[in-house]
Amino acid sequence: MKRVIVTFLLLSVIVFTNNEGMAAETSGMASGALEQPAYGDAIVAALSGNPSVLIPMLAGDSASHDVAGLIFNGLVKYDTDLSVTGDLAESWEISPDGLVITFHLKKGIKWTDGVEFTADDVMFGYKTIIDEKTATPYKGDYLQVKKAEVLDRYTFRVAYDKPFAPALTTWGSLVVLPKHLLEGKDITKSKFARNPVGMGPYKLKKWAAGQEVVLDSNRDYFEGRPFIDRYIYRIIPDPATQFIELRAGGLDRMGLTPIQYKKQTDNEFFRKNFRKFRYPVPSYTYMGFNLRHPWFKDKRVRQAIAYAIDKEEIVDVVLFGLGRPATGPYVPGTWYYNPDVRQYEYDINKAQRLLKEAGWSDTDNNGILDKDGKPFEFTILTNMGNNLRKNTATIIQWRLRKIGINVRIRLLEWSAFINEFIDKRRFEMVILGWSLGFEPDQYDIWHSSKTGEKEFNFVSYSNPDVDELLEKGRRTFDIEKRKKAYYRIQEILADELPYIFLYVPDATPVVHSRFKGIKPTTIGIGYNLHEWYVPKNLQRYSIKP
Amino acid sequence: MTIYLLKRFLEMIPTFFGITLLSFFIIHLAPGKPTDLLSEMNPKITPEAREKLEQLYGLDKPIAVQYGMWLKRVVKLDFGESFSTDRRPVMEKIWDPEQPLLDRRLFVTFSINVLSMLIIFLIAIPIGISSATHRYSLFDKITTTSVFIGFATPGFWLALLLIMLFGLHLDWLPISQLKSMDYDSLSMSGKIWDRTRHLILPVFVSSFGGIAGLSRYMRSSMLEVIRQDYITTARAKGLPETKVIYKHGLRNALLPIITLLGLSVPGLIGGSVIFEQIFGIPGMGALFYMSVMMRDYPLVMAILTIGAILTLIGNLLADIGYMFADPRIRVK
Repeated sequence: MKRVIVTFLLLSVIVFTNNEGMAAETSGMASGALEQPAYGDAIVAALSGNPSVLIPMLAGDSASHDVAGLIFNGLVKYDTDLSVTGDLAESWEISPDGLVITFHLKKGIKWTDGVEFTADDVMFGYKTIIDEKTATPYKGDYLQVKKAEVLDRYTFRVAYDKPFAPALTTWGSLVVLPKHLLEGKDITKSKFARNPVGMGPYKLKKWAAGQEVVLDSNRDYFEGRPFIDRYIYRIIPDPATQFIELRAGGLDRMGLTPIQYKKQTDNEFFRKNFRKFRYPVPSYTYMGFNLRHPWFKDKRVRQAIAYAIDKEEIVDVVLFGLGRPATGPYVPGTWYYNPDVRQYEYDINKAQRLLKEAGWSDTDNNGILDKDGKPFEFTILTNMGNNLRKNTATIIQWRLRKIGINVRIRLLEWSAFINEFIDKRRFEMVILGWSLGFEPDQYDIWHSSKTGEKEFNFVSYSNPDVDELLEKGRRTFDIEKRKKAYYRIQEILADELPYIFLYVPDATPVVHSRFKGIKPTTIGIGYNLHEWYVPKNLQRYSIKP
Repeated sequence: MTIYLLKRFLEMIPTFFGITLLSFFIIHLAPGKPTDLLSEMNPKITPEAREKLEQLYGLDKPIAVQYGMWLKRVVKLDFGESFSTDRRPVMEKIWDPEQPLLDRRLFVTFSINVLSMLIIFLIAIPIGISSATHRYSLFDKITTTSVFIGFATPGFWLALLLIMLFGLHLDWLPISQLKSMDYDSLSMSGKIWDRTRHLILPVFVSSFGGIAGLSRYMRSSMLEVIRQDYITTARAKGLPETKVIYKHGLRNALLPIITLLGLSVPGLIGGSVIFEQIFGIPGMGALFYMSVMMRDYPLVMAILTIGAILTLIGNLLADIGYMFADPRIRVK
């Protein structure tokens, strides 16, 4: 059950990377200088669910995006330093007013069926994604395009009404589709979704639903033939079974849970045979106040609660130290992360003083604060099946009890939680998380116009300064100006605390040590998959093409 | 007798529609929609896009209309298209013609269930008889105790322990899934052996709990029979004890088992979510669970409908079985 919900949550991941993150700490064997790169061997990974459709713009589940990410490319991608770099595009120009983006495509790239990739394929993909009949959740960004045109075989131009900074990265892997195979067909029903043709490092060889997905390397990949000949995904839903498979040699890579990373792989066997990685993922877990609730309208109350919670403790206990306290909605290490915002280190005296100022005191001596005859009691809601959140809520409950606040915890099934509680604003406090990728624009989460039903500012945060800064940040391509806006937003949020930002978890993948050439960076380990290799003498599988 | 059967059959038709009507409304009562998967908590979606999605799935129509549309298709034996993003026909998900027979979901679950049912009956019935005939003996006490331990053991825990023991430490059996990665390159006998090895643990674990229940059932049924006068008569005639037990006793004691058999017919296609999850087996349980979590109404309804039909058939078969086995019912 846990996996399913995790899958549900991953849906909010912006679909731009392959779901691999960046890397900071590694352990295990370093690659030796004598080991020469060699072609051959296979890498075996696990998927916890069956992919549903291998066309990126139609896929809603993380399994589909994992697989489709190996098959398709976009015009642009994130570089290892989080700047945007060309993928299928050689270069691009943004007009001085920020309204027009012109992409110059790389020449000579071929779809795996041998047909050349051109600007028509980009146009076709764009038209498909904005088509009324295409059921895709990713339409919104592309509807902002005022005009798209193919200037010549290798030049594609889009124009916007207003400058839109996140626009550039929307031209990632969602939109490029082979026109010659799909023109005039209904892509939601075509065989293409189960048998796609792309131009990425791998191409689909076999897909046995519910069992495995086998991909072979694309020998004509435009960044160079991948060294590893085959990529096999085995569909194994249970994380405990995945771990036993890894231990027994049936898997070469997986994402570890905190306890697996810290305890179960802390032995000679794993040090010898595997390489562990660790890096923050662009997501955070938070506790959100319902700012329409009279108690939580008072900033002092929110700040008091922040002082009463020990974030370090939560990271240590819940994540086994594999993460870090969050200070705002961004991940440390990114260009828009502001490290110098107001911090709330655990301080029970400050918390009590602020509550007293706000009018809360224990008048009847029952250990619970009260005001106007009402005891300070509320419920934290979170979704069922996510133990990290449940444990976090439990620690917070215990900490708040110490300053005289009585907290109840209620776990709800995901759909019921969203439809009956979040959408209807029937909550006092929630613990949830956001996974938003590397784009700093969080307009939908903080702008005061986004508080309607089904919109994402469900805590009802409203601050004219933040509104203006959000607008500023998304209307310029100038990185310095954007940085300034996002730095200021973080300062305001840290002071006003519409959320208490709790922690940024680390991704903790493990890869078999025979794979060399893995270079952990800020965007993770998967970005250079085609350069991973296994030296000839260490190869485990022989692949007959 | 033909009239009785005909009547029974006609009765099944309104029951069937009643079941589908209730199921349809109940699953629509659960909060959430199939489009949630794409649209919930996804800041990239606009309200218009969400409405569009709902229209595409026909969710904007009143629920009674939706049921009518569903019914119209089902009487033509068409379960429609899945609401998941692949939009495949529901029947293809259950019974995928592109895959070999052995890998189709319905077949996978069906074969595991038939195998484990056979094992349950083969083991539980003799255990039940012996503990009844040797009531309060050491054997009875041992089996009773172990049967209760078996009954109380959580299946997922046992499954993980067995995987660790046989898959990892002893390395005798594969850990998960239906076949090995090199399956396609194996010879015919190799393929059979490979599949057999993969089935051992799942079949064992899924029969484990069932043995406990059925053997207790058998024991009490047998105990009741051997207290009857005709058993005393048989003994008084001087028949050997084996004949008394197996000819006169067992045949009567097996009557309630017919009911159990009938009731287990729909269970044959219902996979266990937990075992399938742990062993990574692509069966009906995993499919049904995912379809409920994603509110994939056509798929949920298809599985429920097939289940309803099998339940009705199972009941009918049990009744017919009784008619053959028990003269008292035939006379009525």
